[in-house]
Amino acid sequence: MANLQATTESKPVRALLIGLALIVLSLFLFLPLLAVFAEALRRGWEVFFASLTEDAARSAIKLTLLTAGIAVPLNTLFGLSAAWLVTKYRFKGRAFLISLIDLPFAVSPVIAGLVWIMIFGAKGWLPPSRMTELLAPLAALAAQAASNESIGGLFEGAAAWLADPKIVFAVPGIIIATVFVTFPFVARELIPLMESQGSDQEEAAVTLGAGGWRIFWRVTLPNIKWGLLYGVLLCNARAMGEFGAVSVVSGHIRGQTNTLPLHIEVLYNEYQFSAAFACATLLALLALLTLGLKSVVEQLSGPPQN
Amino acid sequence: MSKRRIIPGFGLSMGFTITYLSLIILLPLAALFLNAAGVGWAEWRSILGSPRIIAAARLTFGLSAVAAAVSVVLGLLVTWVLVRYHFPGKKLLDSMVDLPFALPTAVAGITLTAIYGKTGWIGCHIASAAAWIKTTWQPTGWLGDQVNSWADFGAAYSPLGIFIALTFIGFPFVVRTLQPVMEDLGHEIEEAAATLGAGRWTVFLRVILPLLTPALITGFTLAFARAIGEYGSVIFISGNLPMKTEILPLLIISQLEQFNFKAAAVIASGMLVVSFLLLFIINLLQRRLDWQNR
Repeated sequence: MANLQATTESKPVRALLIGLALIVLSLFLFLPLLAVFAEALRRGWEVFFASLTEDAARSAIKLTLLTAGIAVPLNTLFGLSAAWLVTKYRFKGRAFLISLIDLPFAVSPVIAGLVWIMIFGAKGWLPPSRMTELLAPLAALAAQAASNESIGGLFEGAAAWLADPKIVFAVPGIIIATVFVTFPFVARELIPLMESQGSDQEEAAVTLGAGGWRIFWRVTLPNIKWGLLYGVLLCNARAMGEFGAVSVVSGHIRGQTNTLPLHIEVLYNEYQFSAAFACATLLALLALLTLGLKSVVEQLSGPPQN
Repeated sequence: MSKRRIIPGFGLSMGFTITYLSLIILLPLAALFLNAAGVGWAEWRSILGSPRIIAAARLTFGLSAVAAAVSVVLGLLVTWVLVRYHFPGKKLLDSMVDLPFALPTAVAGITLTAIYGKTGWIGCHIASAAAWIKTTWQPTGWLGDQVNSWADFGAAYSPLGIFIALTFIGFPFVVRTLQPVMEDLGHEIEEAAATLGAGRWTVFLRVILPLLTPALITGFTLAFARAIGEYGSVIFISGNLPMKTEILPLLIISQLEQFNFKAAAVIASGMLVVSFLLLFIINLLQRRLDWQNR
């Protein structure tokens, strides 16, 4: 035990440090979590459930799900493609490409929304008037299809949007802003993982005559599935919880362009604290679920490499 | 580059990756910078030189630096305890450290306001302590203003509240950067130092801390960069009082609401340049670290 004594601290010091760390963590982690639920239930379960089922809350939940439902698959596809590219091949500019992928992490959420206004806003490169012009042929086609008696119903939504193709201060803006913000998550998880696994198995598959897609589905994907799942979870958590970027492009139209975080802000600013916190519990539960699944994934995939 | 690429899919993955990256990230950022570049030099100076923006910039960068520094201290403590000691509930704590990453910023914002505001669990104690200080010492000047504000509102609507929010989102960066480095630290050098007669405190200061410094700097930079751009967790607790508790990202939004696109683009470009410089420094540090570990 003498050896152990030399490289650790005395018992009182250890107890003191553990105690201090516990205080820090409870102030910063447990107290906020507890507070979300305490505030949400302050006026009872009835108010709690009523706040979650009112129309504005429902449409906010729907829009949040829609946004994540589009942004997450898109960025998953990108993450897989980018990770494949930078780990299976060596080419000029590879290191630069990797740092470009990380770029959105260095951009303030507010700026991530602002950039889209610079493109699609009234004074941007593609203002609504120009979009209407550009999309006029498509709009005419869609209007024709929508007026068709048998299949018209399928095209009504598209026709309505194409007739007035708004991007910012409308749902498409919320989606592209979310795509921007959640862009690096999947790639970020996959690149170190695939780098550490090397390409030996894929090269062996090539010599055995397997094609590219087959190698991806049968060799690469089984090897990276847990890392991929974790990347998707993180991407999803951020997509559903993003606030700053969507706040800039949303236009705050209640029942139409409010995601769950924006709905929380509206309620909070109207002093409906219990309702705001009730909606916040949904996102807090999502965060807890993400952290829980992360631990499960880490255990399933064994101790992390490197 | 004459070597034939063995694994198929280079063209497809290169094409898709570059196209997607350009459309989603590069083109929009270029639009922002070109918009800002279209504004003349004199106008740049008048926008960035306005007192409200200077106050916001000082507040944002200053508090971000202080919060990142405090994050480093708290992060070092938490990582040390998580890596070196064994105690019940350690695993749970370890996974909970990521909470500020996973919790949406708007939720963090309203929750921190509820806790540290005057009626909150901690805010009420801050308010009563400030009220006591106010009556006993009657501080004046800047500190007096702060104490008055704390007594009236707790930590909310003051720089202290912004600092708390920025530390909340910053310290996990330090823990997650430091943790792998500390886990890899062998006990051999510490044993060697101990056999040479160094006390525990000396070993920490002279042997362990220098080895951790690069990771601490990276953690600081990551927390600092994140804090500069942070919006959701700050705006609720800050109260957004012009010249006092207004942060830069909020000023961008208020310029947009006044249809002042040029000014918004200029402020945003300025912030981006700082952020990219920080990212560049992190990359250099990381490369240096990799080179050292080789």
